[in-house]
Amino acid sequence: MRNQFIKQLDELNIKLLKMGAMVQEVIEVAVESLTKQDLELARKVYELDDEIDKIELEIEMECMNLIALQQPMAKDLRVIGTILKIITDLERMGDHAVNIAKVTLEIGEEPFVKPLIDIPKMAKLAQTMVKKSLDAFMKTDVELATEVANDDEAVDQLYEKIYTELINKMIEQKNIVKQATNLIFIGRFLERIADHATNIGERVIFIATGENVEIN
Amino acid sequence: MTNPINANNDDKNIIFDVKDLNLWYGNDKALKGLDFQIKENDVTAIIGPSGCGKSTFIKTLNRMVELIPSVKITGEILYNGTNIFDKSLRVEELRSRVGMVFQKPNPFPKSIFENVVYGPKIHGIRDKRKLMEITETSLKRAALWDEVKDRLNDNAYGLSGGQQQRLCLARALAMEPEVLLMDEPTSALDPIATAKIEELIMELKKEYTIVIVTHSMQQAARISDKTAFFLMGELIEVDKTQKIFTTPRDKRTEDYVTGRFG
Repeated sequence: MRNQFIKQLDELNIKLLKMGAMVQEVIEVAVESLTKQDLELARKVYELDDEIDKIELEIEMECMNLIALQQPMAKDLRVIGTILKIITDLERMGDHAVNIAKVTLEIGEEPFVKPLIDIPKMAKLAQTMVKKSLDAFMKTDVELATEVANDDEAVDQLYEKIYTELINKMIEQKNIVKQATNLIFIGRFLERIADHATNIGERVIFIATGENVEIN
Repeated sequence: MTNPINANNDDKNIIFDVKDLNLWYGNDKALKGLDFQIKENDVTAIIGPSGCGKSTFIKTLNRMVELIPSVKITGEILYNGTNIFDKSLRVEELRSRVGMVFQKPNPFPKSIFENVVYGPKIHGIRDKRKLMEITETSLKRAALWDEVKDRLNDNAYGLSGGQQQRLCLARALAMEPEVLLMDEPTSALDPIATAKIEELIMELKKEYTIVIVTHSMQQAARISDKTAFFLMGELIEVDKTQKIFTTPRDKRTEDYVTGRFG
């Protein structure tokens, strides 16, 4: 029954997964460009983000068409409505990756004021959260979605740590204020990325139960 | 008269080329200067409020409308390049190439088998094996075979409404037409039988060109490639279905599909 529609929904899900993979990649490339101070790589982030913006628009159009042409009901409607919201979260993550790349370009080849340990950790966690949240979405797995929320707490703690550490360093050494502030920004961008992944987790719970919850 | 928005401009083959078609029932003008094309392997849906001329239009495509006395037609309809109103064209030949399924299932009061082979028999096919073959192929195409293969000699009236409609479809397919005209083929069916017919249409369009009149906009949206909106005998807009239901160009189309009409 309604094979055509079911096929279109499957294709939409696959496209969403693809967008998710692109976002994971852009986060990785952005943070790698920073840690390696690789400016070429930082520029690549902009290109990747353009691709993400493009696929977001495609998915949005496909959702609109499905709503207009297929009159989805009940869970199908919740899924399509949710995809429309998820892509906004994913797209914002891409923008934050660009913000990270911008800072990387600004820091340039200037030596770091401290070894970068927690930032790559945050990035790894954020990437895993994106992956988990989308897996949870595909499987309508409430447990996995809740796990994303727990990961978010770890990211928040790391951000708190980076923030305190760098503020203390700035109090001691005035000449590092600019770079240290930039690094705090990067922590902030990663923390925001994790928040967007948490949003996706919340939406999975909505699909499963029809109820909107705030898990963090 | 305003110019219709005719955006059926892809490069698919043209099956029907309707040119300045006007039709009167006595003094009432039912179709007003229609110009548009039906493309190969498209499902073209005709939508519009009651009395807009959609049924009249598809009945014109196989000249069935002429069965109504007092009908007068001007303009032309080219079917694969030949004007269907041309004296040289036999109307029986046209109707065997352009099959039709109606709103209410209308099987003959005969067996399932006899219903399917009715057309081929009239066209002189007598070989029993050939007729059996036609029956099987047609019923399979109409997704009815599995349900009736063991009772082909039962009376068609014993079938459910949805099955009867698929039988009528099989009867039309038995003539190996190129085009299928459907005049509200699911309006007398329940949602499940409707979904079956809709799935079938999606399947059949690979081999046939389909023109469907439907009162259900949602149905047009689900199954058609192109949608034409008729209003008071005029073609207002024809375009890709996705376009008609997301960003129609004419205000009247917008009002109709959003239910703000009148």
